[in-house]
Amino acid sequence: MASKFINITLKIWRQKNSKAKGALETYTLNDVSTDSSFLEMLDQLNEQLINEKQSPIAFDHDCREGICGMCSLYINGRAHGPDTGITTCQLHMRMFKDGDTIYVEPWRSRAFPIIKDLMVDRSAFDRIQQAGGFVSVNTSGRTMDANAIPIPKADADKAFEAAACIGCGACVASCKNGSAMLFVGAKVSQYALLPQGKVEATDRVLNMVRQMDEEGFGNCTNTGACEIECPKGISIENIARMNREFLKGALTKA
Amino acid sequence: MSNSVLFKSSIAKKYFMALTGLFLCTFLVGHLLGNLQLIFKTGEEGRRAFNEYAYFMGHNLFIKVLSYTTYIALIVHAVDGIMLTIQNKKARPVKYAYNNPKANSGTASRNMAILGTLILVFLATHMANFWWKAKITEEIPLHSLVKTVDYPVGQNPATGEMITKPIEVTHYLNTNGTYQQFKVKDPSTGQEQKLFEIKNKHEFYDLTSHVKIGDGYKDLHTVVMTFFSKENSSALFGVIFYVISMLVLGYHLWHGFASAFQSLGLNHPLYMPIIKKVGMAFSIVVPFLFAIIPVIIYMNH
Amino acid sequence: MSKLNSRIPEGPIAEKWTNHKNHMKLVAPNNRPKIDVIVVGTGLAGASAAASLGEMGYNVKAFCFQDSPRRAHSIAAQGGINAAKNYQNDGDSVYRLFYDTIKGGDYRAREANVHRLAEVSGNIIDQCVAQGVPFAREYGGLLDNRSFGGTQVQRTFYAAGQTGQQLLLGAYSALSRQIGLGRVKMYHRHEMMDLVKIDGKARGIIARNLVTGELERHSAHAVVIASGGYGNVYFLSTNAMGSNVSAAWKVHKRGALFANPCYVQIHPTCVPVHGTNQSKLTLMSESLRNSGRIWVPKKKEDAEAIRAGKLKPTQIAEEDRDYYLERRYPAFGNLVPRDVASRAAKERCDAGYGIEANDTNEGVYLDFASEIKSKGKQAAYALGDHDPSEERMIELGKKWIEEKYGNLFQMYQKITDENPYETPMKIYPAVHYTMGGVWVDYNLQSTIEGCFVTGEANFSDHGANRLGASALMQGLADGYFVLPYTVSDYLANEIRTGKIATDSPEFDAAENEVKETIDRFLNNNGSKSVDHFHKRLGLIMWNKVGMGRSEQGLKQAIEEIGLLREEFYKDVYVPGSSDEMNPELEKVMRVADLIELGQLMAVDALHREESCGGHFREEHQDSEGETLRDDENFKYVGAWEYNGSDSKQSTLHKEDLNYEFIKIAARNYK
Ligand SMILES: Cc1cc2nc3c(=O)[nH]c(=O)nc-3n(C[C@H](O)[C@H](O)[C@H](O)COP(=O)(O)OP(=O)(O)OC[C@H]3O[C@@H](n4cnc5c(N)ncnc54)[C@H](O)[C@@H]3O)c2cc1C
Ligand code: SF4
Ligand code: FES
Repeated sequence: MASKFINITLKIWRQKNSKAKGALETYTLNDVSTDSSFLEMLDQLNEQLINEKQSPIAFDHDCREGICGMCSLYINGRAHGPDTGITTCQLHMRMFKDGDTIYVEPWRSRAFPIIKDLMVDRSAFDRIQQAGGFVSVNTSGRTMDANAIPIPKADADKAFEAAACIGCGACVASCKNGSAMLFVGAKVSQYALLPQGKVEATDRVLNMVRQMDEEGFGNCTNTGACEIECPKGISIENIARMNREFLKGALTKA
Repeated sequence: MSNSVLFKSSIAKKYFMALTGLFLCTFLVGHLLGNLQLIFKTGEEGRRAFNEYAYFMGHNLFIKVLSYTTYIALIVHAVDGIMLTIQNKKARPVKYAYNNPKANSGTASRNMAILGTLILVFLATHMANFWWKAKITEEIPLHSLVKTVDYPVGQNPATGEMITKPIEVTHYLNTNGTYQQFKVKDPSTGQEQKLFEIKNKHEFYDLTSHVKIGDGYKDLHTVVMTFFSKENSSALFGVIFYVISMLVLGYHLWHGFASAFQSLGLNHPLYMPIIKKVGMAFSIVVPFLFAIIPVIIYMNH
Repeated sequence: MSKLNSRIPEGPIAEKWTNHKNHMKLVAPNNRPKIDVIVVGTGLAGASAAASLGEMGYNVKAFCFQDSPRRAHSIAAQGGINAAKNYQNDGDSVYRLFYDTIKGGDYRAREANVHRLAEVSGNIIDQCVAQGVPFAREYGGLLDNRSFGGTQVQRTFYAAGQTGQQLLLGAYSALSRQIGLGRVKMYHRHEMMDLVKIDGKARGIIARNLVTGELERHSAHAVVIASGGYGNVYFLSTNAMGSNVSAAWKVHKRGALFANPCYVQIHPTCVPVHGTNQSKLTLMSESLRNSGRIWVPKKKEDAEAIRAGKLKPTQIAEEDRDYYLERRYPAFGNLVPRDVASRAAKERCDAGYGIEANDTNEGVYLDFASEIKSKGKQAAYALGDHDPSEERMIELGKKWIEEKYGNLFQMYQKITDENPYETPMKIYPAVHYTMGGVWVDYNLQSTIEGCFVTGEANFSDHGANRLGASALMQGLADGYFVLPYTVSDYLANEIRTGKIATDSPEFDAAENEVKETIDRFLNNNGSKSVDHFHKRLGLIMWNKVGMGRSEQGLKQAIEEIGLLREEFYKDVYVPGSSDEMNPELEKVMRVADLIELGQLMAVDALHREESCGGHFREEHQDSEGETLRDDENFKYVGAWEYNGSDSKQSTLHKEDLNYEFIKIAARNYK
């Protein structure tokens, strides 16, 4: 790991709060280690801003290892930046060259209003989950033995792959329609694939899709951008599965 | 609830898009098969085959139902598409200052609305050129054929030979399959004699009894041929326009075909690759064949 | 009256919990909606508690500082969750899990709690499967298991390297269901700033809406704190950036005792420090020790050559490698408990065999080459190929590895730019988990009435060292299966209390205090950033209260942290205002608490003149460098009472640990 140091120019979206008007501001940052993660680079910039008594850039982050889904950022025109299969916090500065200009913008979606600078409000995802993203089982622990129903490994694996979604919203951000189908499709699929989830499958899909539509996300036109930009490689097969489940529900539910 | 769900929900919109889209694909195939007769059969045989086909398309009840379904499908497809586009624009009120969508999606997939609109424009001119003429104004000549025959006008008393005189007999192709003699004309005198009369633009009536004796075929074949023939000064423009339109159609199908299956939930790791390949083939072959027809006509006439 | 009544029920160990449950008070369903409960934190512990309490019918308000409950740090747990199911038929039992946990904790945990944990562990798996948690399965469709450090059975359930994620999403789904039903009200992007006590009882909290900056008053009949661990006191740790001690510390400041703060788990397998400006360390799950072998070069020259980039690890011959864990601990080998593995790595690196070219040469190898071959061979056999070529074995083996650990390998590659399928991983210990926390009794109630503490935030069931895959187990066990009973038992006395007003002088005072602190920081006009102080605190902690601790070092740490605190209050600069989203303000409030806590950790470590579990006093080791416990003098929980921001003034209270059911012995993994 030979670390190098590079100098970069940043064009970063600054916006004081949800109501204020925002604009891209330009910053220069020198001596960025190529071993730094993208967020560590922003830390460095913030440290510089604080030392100059300017207001630091607000961005969301927490785990910094690609699992909490808190970090976001539209970097050089792509959700989570130029690398694939990763989140912004896993993006490293070795992806950039000395002298690069890097654009950093927040997720843009009507359903994800900006809170400040690069932070957006993704609680729409929570509300979709609350509309049906669960199995209605009480937490008594006395359900049945965990091995009572064998589940084919292939199904369990597929359910897991769908469940690996971290709720980051990159799918919405990169979709030209601002559609949340990949996120919702993944949740619907996870449960539809498991016997425990099948019981409520129809209600679940109808309710979750209704909530999704109410939140103001766009409609899927199958461009497949979400699947490419999803840090967890969630497949649009899950969207197809949701479409099937939805049709079943819409045709059978009185 | 379910009823409203079937119409209101975003997913339902996708079903309608997909169903109508796939239906229109089958329409394309039918239409193409008919059109191919324009180039695969020549001469009167070709003309007759094409005009008969066109007549069949216009008169068969099943086809009629199908064609009205096509109109409806087209309208639903277009209106639904426009609605989706408007909603989708609203879903991102502030655009990215710097966006790089090439990195994650195909050009066709991102431009379905524009491609669709272009196709709509094409359809409008296409309809004006042919469909409007054929159906609404009915300013289309009937399928007629002029044959010069030697008409016996008498006998040479000396030789006993038949004296003939060339006259032109105009035949109209009757929907009962015969060539109906319509009028004769003496080229030397210019005298014409009608054998029956045409009413309502295509119905044949006996001159005396005023009984309908048949129906004529519209000569769409000739309309098409003249439209694209070199003699027509705007033909080259027409050919180019058609070819470009088919390119646009190809792009639209490139995304649309497989996308429809995805929307209907028919995505399976085993079959999707096949569907995608079929979609690609379809989006190349069908528009290509459509496009070469005017080109060939132009070259040959 | 002693401050520490652990309220352990009478009777034989296996019946304590059942008997206790049978005798606890209940609240009738029609009374529950009249009772408010606050749950601070929605990680595994908090989400499961809030969901269960909501489901029972209480009015629950849940708080988290992230933008969604799904982001709590539990999401990052990788390896797995233990449960005594004995599905693998390898001799596991409730007793064995109980025993392993007590032994793993170096005989510094409370027997009764640990046994209860082992008892309910099986139900956790049942519950999670019923909720649709997609655990890994075998081809027969039944659940798969792996083994973790400190055990000789396979009792760990997992979902690839994302077990915590799947469990948290399961708990989050249960919570979401209750939110959707209106029984839990979720306050995300809200931070608890203080606990409000009325007449000695916990009656509510002051919370700050992080988006608007507004201070809010929330009252309740009971408050559950589930705010996670405090590993971030070291600045660099595997914890999420936002993990903090503040909620627990506020409770501590209001009178709850803080137990065993010095017990910190340093996890042996993390990506070594590299690069400048590093903000956190990344764990490579312990499960990797199932498949990887840990080594350093036998010869110092080789280690030097590797650091200089002249040699590659793959060029070191088998006989020139020192598989030091297998050498020192043949019985457990690479699967010794974490504290043991970590110290062994430190020992090798201190002796000059480290292989990472960072400032301190700290790094050892975790090598998958043998496992790739052996698993590849098995896979080939399964495919009917009984004489597979070397390449075939490697190819199949890599596939096997990818299926098991794919996400971890990818994560590693993204961080280091090295491909761990081809070259061994470099790893080094890093701060990972804190066994210490708010002291609680058997009912998980702190020394403040009505204030319950659960999950990593309490001092919990792990003694001086936690075994892998047991934190997830504890969080869910407490939230799903313990708190619903014990909180109800407490609330049974509250059915006549009625709604608690938020305009009382106690609420006024608490809110004012918070306001004052915020204003003080904002008007401080210092010159250094919050991170500046946090990093300095971290360095002191890592060097002097880290893996090896000495009397001298600890004394220095106590003084240095005291000075750092003074400088911090004088010179910290916080930009922005209080009525907006202000991440720097959030940080400064947290670091203020971490500084006090750090000092208390050093105080606790200094007083504990023995080595046990994660607490290693250099003065107390045997000739082979193993820990030397002092059961005679230190077989107790050290719980501290807050006496002001100078933690040297804190008072120690002791809860003696009685081992009635386990024979206490030296911990031996040889
Ligand atoms: C990288 C990593 C891997 C791990 N792997 C494993 C493993 O494989 N197996 C295992 O058993 N354990 C593992 N652990 C340990 C385990 O994940 C944690 O101990 C456990 O998840 C803690 O859960 P919790 O609910 O107590 O806290 P957390 O999940 O940390 O949740 C804390 C909650 O409190 C909230 N909060 C904190 N402060 C406040 C405040 N002031 N106001 C409002 N809300 C607040 C947060 O928003 C959050 O919701 C791992 C830990 C790490 C760091
Ligand atoms: S589907 Fe992928 S991109 Fe969308 S929220 Fe989930 S992880 Fe993020
Ligand atoms: S910060 Fe957690 S995924 Fe990036």
